[in-house]
Amino acid sequence: MARAATTTDAFNAVAEPRRRQILDALVHGERSVNDLVEQLGVAQPVVSKHLRVLREVGLVRAREDGRQRFYRLDAAPLREVYDWVRDYEQLWSERFELLDTVLEELKQEE
Amino acid sequence: MTETSGRRATVTTPTDTQILITREFDAPRHLVYRAYTEPELIRRWWHANRGEIQSIEIDLRVGGLWKYAMKANGGFEFSFHGQYREIVPDERLVSTETFSGAPGVEALDTTTFTEKDGGTYLEILVQHQTQESRDAHLESGMEAGLQDALSLLEQAVRELA
Repeated sequence: MARAATTTDAFNAVAEPRRRQILDALVHGERSVNDLVEQLGVAQPVVSKHLRVLREVGLVRAREDGRQRFYRLDAAPLREVYDWVRDYEQLWSERFELLDTVLEELKQEE
Repeated sequence: MTETSGRRATVTTPTDTQILITREFDAPRHLVYRAYTEPELIRRWWHANRGEIQSIEIDLRVGGLWKYAMKANGGFEFSFHGQYREIVPDERLVSTETFSGAPGVEALDTTTFTEKDGGTYLEILVQHQTQESRDAHLESGMEAGLQDALSLLEQAVRELA
C-alpha cells in the first residue's frame, strides 16, 4: 500500500497535532469555522488552512448554509490507518500466543 | 485458558514517531526474559506462523549485535538486526533495530519486563526518528506478505489450543 510523501493522505493529515484537535472537535458534530476558531483558540486563517488539508484527504466535508460554512467529520479514510495498526497488532498477537506455549513449557521445567 | 483483555497484544502509537506494544503473560518475568533472549526459544515464537526462521543470532551484552532472519510463506526473505545498548537482566533491554527493507533507518527499542500479579507485563516501545520511518515500520508486516498467511495462522493457532 504505497502512499504519497506529502500530506495527501489521511495518515499524514492526522499526524499534525492541530489537525487532530480539529478532528476531535468535529467528533461531537458539525461545526462552523467560527466555532472551531473559538474552541481551539487559533486564528481563523490557521484553522482554514488545516480544514483545507483535511478536506483534500476526505476527512472532513463542508456544507454551505447562508454565509456560514459548516464542517463535519468523515472517518472513512482513517480506516486505512487503523488497518495498518491492526495488522501489526495481529502479527504480535500471533507471536505472543506462541510465546505463551513456550512459557508453559519453561514453567513446567522449573 | 481464558482470554482477558490483558492477554491480548495491544499496539498503539503514543506519538507520531512511536509504536507501543504491550501484553501480559502468565509466567514469571525471568522466564519471559529467557524466552525473549535465548535464540532456541525465540525460534519458536518470533515467526508468528508466517514463515520459517532462518537464523537467530544474539550477542547479549552492551554493544553486542543481534539479527533475526526469516523467510515468509510467500517467499519474501527479510531480517531485523541491531545492537544492544542497555541490558538489565529480567527487567529491561534497550537495543537499536533496523529492518532489512529499510537499511538506513534505525529505531530504538526499549523492552520492559514488569512483575504483575504473579505474571509479567511486557512493554515494547519502538522509537523512530521520523514519522515516515514509523509508518514504514507499521507497514512492514504487510510487505512481508502476511495477509496471505492468515488462514494458515488460524489453523495453527487452533491446533495449539
